[in-house]
Amino acid sequence: MNDDPDAFTLGPLQAGPPCCEPQPLIQVRNLTLHYDGKTALDNVSLDIYKGCITALIGPSGCGKTSFLSAINRMTDLIPCCGIDGRILVDNQDIHHRDCDVQALRRRIGMVFQKPAPFPLSIRRNIALPLNEHGVTQKKEVAAITETVLRDVGLWGEVCDRLDASALSLSGGQQQRLCIARALALNPEILLMDEPCSALDPIASGVVEDLICRLQGRYTIVIVTHNLAQARRIANYAAFFWVRERTGQLVEFGRCRHIFESPREALTAAYVNGARG
Amino acid sequence: MFESAALRTRRKIRDCVAQGLIYLAVMLVSLVFFWLLVDLARGGMTHLSWAFLTESPRDAGRAGGIASILVSTLLILLVALVAAIPLAWSTAILLAELVPAESSFGRSVRFSLHVLAGVPSIVFGLFGNAFFSIYLGLGFSILSGGLTLACMLLPILTSTAEAGLRAVPDSYRLSAAALGLSRTAALTHLILPAAAPALAAGLLIGIGRALAETAALLFTSGYVDRMPGSLLDSGRALALHIFDLSMNVPGGDESAYASALMLVILLLCINILAMKLAYGLQRKKIMT
Amino acid sequence: MLTDRVLTGILRSGALLSALIMLLILCFLLLESWPALTGLPVAGFLTDPSWHPLESAYNLMPMLSATLLASIGAITLAVPLGIASALFIVFFAPSHLASLYKRLIELLAGIPSVVFGFWGLTVLVPLISEWQPPGASLLAAVLVLTLMILPMIAITAYTALAAVPDELLQNAAALGLSRWGTIAGVVLPAARAGITAGIILAAARALGETMAVLMVAGNVVQHPESLFDPVRTLAANIALEMAYAMGDHRSVLFVSGLLLMLLVMALSAMAGLLEKHRHV
Repeated sequence: MNDDPDAFTLGPLQAGPPCCEPQPLIQVRNLTLHYDGKTALDNVSLDIYKGCITALIGPSGCGKTSFLSAINRMTDLIPCCGIDGRILVDNQDIHHRDCDVQALRRRIGMVFQKPAPFPLSIRRNIALPLNEHGVTQKKEVAAITETVLRDVGLWGEVCDRLDASALSLSGGQQQRLCIARALALNPEILLMDEPCSALDPIASGVVEDLICRLQGRYTIVIVTHNLAQARRIANYAAFFWVRERTGQLVEFGRCRHIFESPREALTAAYVNGARG
Repeated sequence: MFESAALRTRRKIRDCVAQGLIYLAVMLVSLVFFWLLVDLARGGMTHLSWAFLTESPRDAGRAGGIASILVSTLLILLVALVAAIPLAWSTAILLAELVPAESSFGRSVRFSLHVLAGVPSIVFGLFGNAFFSIYLGLGFSILSGGLTLACMLLPILTSTAEAGLRAVPDSYRLSAAALGLSRTAALTHLILPAAAPALAAGLLIGIGRALAETAALLFTSGYVDRMPGSLLDSGRALALHIFDLSMNVPGGDESAYASALMLVILLLCINILAMKLAYGLQRKKIMT
Repeated sequence: MLTDRVLTGILRSGALLSALIMLLILCFLLLESWPALTGLPVAGFLTDPSWHPLESAYNLMPMLSATLLASIGAITLAVPLGIASALFIVFFAPSHLASLYKRLIELLAGIPSVVFGFWGLTVLVPLISEWQPPGASLLAAVLVLTLMILPMIAITAYTALAAVPDELLQNAAALGLSRWGTIAGVVLPAARAGITAGIILAAARALGETMAVLMVAGNVVQHPESLFDPVRTLAANIALEMAYAMGDHRSVLFVSGLLLMLLVMALSAMAGLLEKHRHV
């Protein structure tokens, strides 16, 4: 395949404004999630700051992914999933009657663990969601396609075969295409659910670099099992833990604090690799 | 960046229209099919009785019952199964167990059966007439009808049996080989019993096909509605009886309705049984 | 081991025999149609004044056109209804309704063609006749064929739709695609190969269907001018005339059978090719 290391060159991306104006963009208040009556996430309150990268860390089954899915209401798709508490995005309750879920998901992009490009051409993969959201002019679509593919460093690799099937790309390329597809809608927030864990180390490194360079332009919430990665890229970290099959938030704070001087003993043990 | 309300409304309208059209289509389909089933049940109920099943037809089928028809149908079915099962299952065992899937022999056998599965039933009728009735001199008889049906059943029996055998976990074969069992012993003691429900489900599907068949029997097993005395007698199958009553016998509609209902009920039972078997199979797979 | 070798031998001869049946059928069809193919001018099948077997006029064209028209009509009606049914089961219906509707479709797939024909004859034909006599017509044939192939299209489309991976649906939802946007943009393209293969197989079934069409189509040999004209299809013609056909006439019937089989084989080869492409 096309996995030779030289192929991974990233395109130019203007640096965004410096991160971490201490201004919360997402406010989660007393969020509790049930599946089938069983509590999966218990009473989580958390602010996510605009323009920063927030990493969610913790052992498997602690509700990180559930938390992430609640932010763009992907939990709606799971039958018998109940939600209590409030999530405010830009001071708007996302569960309010007036909130249009499609418009919400346009503002909040999501990238999954396993890259899943649609079985369409590369061009169509990006054009389809744009068309759906009212961007139908060919010129505009083409311009956005080029911009986002450059942003994720895929343009040089695919510009001469935009009409090839997206499934012909390698795993790392597919994941970058998925990120590009999410970026094309110009979201404010990007949710990433272990975006590197299904990739080989080289491709994973490229995607990680990419995430770093997206910092500032987008507010990013990323779930990761890779503590070193969280430490490298995140500004804030939230540590979740599971007790009696119920996930809860143990500690939230600046990444440096969580990793170097956590308040909780549990956090210290986890980040130092003593448990989990 | 917010989306305009107009865009949102347009999207909502499009979704509603699509959903409405789909519900409309589904309602139409269910309505027509309920109409068919209810019509069949209402038309057939009045005439269907124990006497109808046990008497032979009189007056070209307008009066009397369908006893001789049922016997002929059963005999045709038996002939078809007796001829088709050994061939189909031995082919399936060979394809699934003994020949590598990509070997040229396996491929050509599979291809031939695939083509056979697509042949229209009237063409089977032509072939059966030319080969069994005339070339082999069997005439219009239950035997030639049954053998024609056997050719039709071959692909479906083989493909269901092969799928069933392939679904038997490889660990059975490996452990049998490790214990020094011969392939024959492994087959008869382990693999065939494990695949038995799948074979039975395939068999039921085949029986359903055979019962529903009309065109292939038109000029192989013939029209005679008397009680057959031997396999070389002509005998009329149930499906053919319905056809004949409705097309060629004025005033035969009542008996035709009752026969059609009988046929549908028979097929329904067979289908349910086959589904039960297949469902049980799935459950077992999940359990292990 | 000896038993193994014996067993393999037996199985091999069984398999060989089942493979040979296809050849046998082809041989006999060719053998029986040989007198017509060599003895009669082949152009006659296209240019004879009409189908008058007793006067040695063997124009197959009116029946071929009726066969194709009836099948095309049935496909046109059954494809949207069948795909809508499959979409309903997979995406729109609440789960109990979905399984109920799926049962109904499976039940219908098992109803024999002669019963469809019988229902068409006793219910549809009188209805059409009230509107546009004589009732037994191309339209009746199209409607009955539609009912017959609809379950088949619905079931294959359902299988193809259900095989679309969940991740695609998740991704589509995360991009803010609405339900119809997801279906039209992602699901249908992803399931296209499977759905098309099902449609082709259904077309093959419609072309070869005999009894149901025979019972409702009116069986007049002519190029239909409207939907309400009675027509005769190739398969129905064989069923009608085989009983008394002799000599050349019988041979021409075998030719039409051969033609039918080649049509159907071409279609199923196409479906097979599609199936193969899907797995690449």
